[in-house]
Amino acid sequence: MTRAGWIRVALVAGAVAALELATRAGWIDPHTIIPPSAMAAALAGLVVSGAILPDIAKTLSNVAAAFVLSVAGGFLLGLVIHAAPRLRRALDPLLATYYAVPFFVFYPLLIVVFGMSDLPIIVIGFLFGVVAMIIATLNGLDRVPRVALKVARLARMDAVSTALVIKFPAATPYLFTGIKLAVAYSFIGVIASEFILSGAGLGYAIAYAYNNFDNPRMYALMLFILVSVTAVNMVLHTLEQRMLRRRGLVR
Amino acid sequence: MTLAAVAGPGLRAGEAHAALRGVTRIFPPADRRQAPVHALGPVDLDLAHGEFLAVVGPSGCGKSTLLEILAGLSAPTGGTVTFEGAAVQGSPPDGVGVVFQEDASFPWLTVWDNVAFGLRRAGVDAAETARRVDHALGFMGLTGFARAYPAQLSGGMRQRVCIARTLVLEPRLILLDEPFGALDQQTRLLMGDELLRLWRDTGATILLITHALDEAAMLSDRIGVMSARPGRFIDMVATGWPRERDSTIVADAAFGEVTARLWSSLRAESLKALGGER
Repeated sequence: MTRAGWIRVALVAGAVAALELATRAGWIDPHTIIPPSAMAAALAGLVVSGAILPDIAKTLSNVAAAFVLSVAGGFLLGLVIHAAPRLRRALDPLLATYYAVPFFVFYPLLIVVFGMSDLPIIVIGFLFGVVAMIIATLNGLDRVPRVALKVARLARMDAVSTALVIKFPAATPYLFTGIKLAVAYSFIGVIASEFILSGAGLGYAIAYAYNNFDNPRMYALMLFILVSVTAVNMVLHTLEQRMLRRRGLVR
Repeated sequence: MTLAAVAGPGLRAGEAHAALRGVTRIFPPADRRQAPVHALGPVDLDLAHGEFLAVVGPSGCGKSTLLEILAGLSAPTGGTVTFEGAAVQGSPPDGVGVVFQEDASFPWLTVWDNVAFGLRRAGVDAAETARRVDHALGFMGLTGFARAYPAQLSGGMRQRVCIARTLVLEPRLILLDEPFGALDQQTRLLMGDELLRLWRDTGATILLITHALDEAAMLSDRIGVMSARPGRFIDMVATGWPRERDSTIVADAAFGEVTARLWSSLRAESLKALGGER
């Protein structure tokens, strides 16, 4: 591991140890925060008993659906918008201000349209992630070398295979920005929706534990979400670094 | 310089490998207040089978436009383009390969996969693809780098990858658009030797766009000199070199004569292109 890596581990471990010390010493009220070791123990208990596995499965499958839809949909919409410069000029200010809209105000509408199911949750996750992916796609497509497109024309490739075989890999360094944001936004959209409009899932389970003063359960679930988001991001980061190293783009 | 060489080796009447007739290219203005840009022509050009022809001209004279029209990558505003007797109408014909000035290697593919790219797109089977890719890599001196990515190679080696990628498709007409423009002088001379070897071994017809007069003089059977924009041919110089030749020809007395003639044709045009017309 690099020196920066060790410093990073030391910072995180130090913060956890400080919290452990503060809670064990009674400087922080155990009704407010429980010690990290207790959170881990509670999580292990929940996993072993299988009590939260259905919630985990529900949330992760909703996140996965929202993520896949926003990445695939964002790339396709990005391709279409990029191919129509006039449409793009019309949409630019809307895309730029999109994240000023608090999507959750639409949740009653989504319930009316889709009913009380996983669908409105996935739709909110999708709405959150898709525009980040569109913007990243437009950015990436702007930087596809013209000469690569000439090579595609010489190989007499049609629009679809040019998009998949040339434009997609050529734009990958920029798409990664959108993909990473789409992961984060899918998690935020899905879990936040579960807090307010679901009868299952990790967000719901946290809200339920909170309302029942079940601190160990609540913190165990929060720890689980933290660990899984970090794990997904580390996998993406590793893939991105490998791709950038191949292309000689590592800083 | 013999008269036969002026016509190009193996050229007989009505048997051009590729031909341009009255080709012009006028680019529409970027906005309404500007005038259209007359970039090229009218240009007439016959490429004989197996000929090595270079085109030199001042910057912005439409050399690259000429190449793109011949490759079918862009359509002429007027005139006709034929390759092997069939009209080329703004879509790339089979049997034409292009090497560009910019690095056109795909950074996401290994050298081997880069070279195999066109064969896979054409649906050539795996065994045949492997045979031809390995041969092309060997020919271009890239065998040891088959599994490397372009980012790990020097500019000259990346350009060799692009040449190999064109070569594996066994094109009968190879168009090169200032392929060595980004390379240092020594590398250019050596790449020129490789290009001559490729030309002899494949029997392909070659059109080389270049701004380097010595490169044109060293490599070509004939050199077309273009005027400042709109580009037209103002001179056609035959070198009379034997087919067996290499970069040592730069020491030949006749080499100096050829470059001198090229420069005397080109000097006034280059001044025009610089805006120094007087």
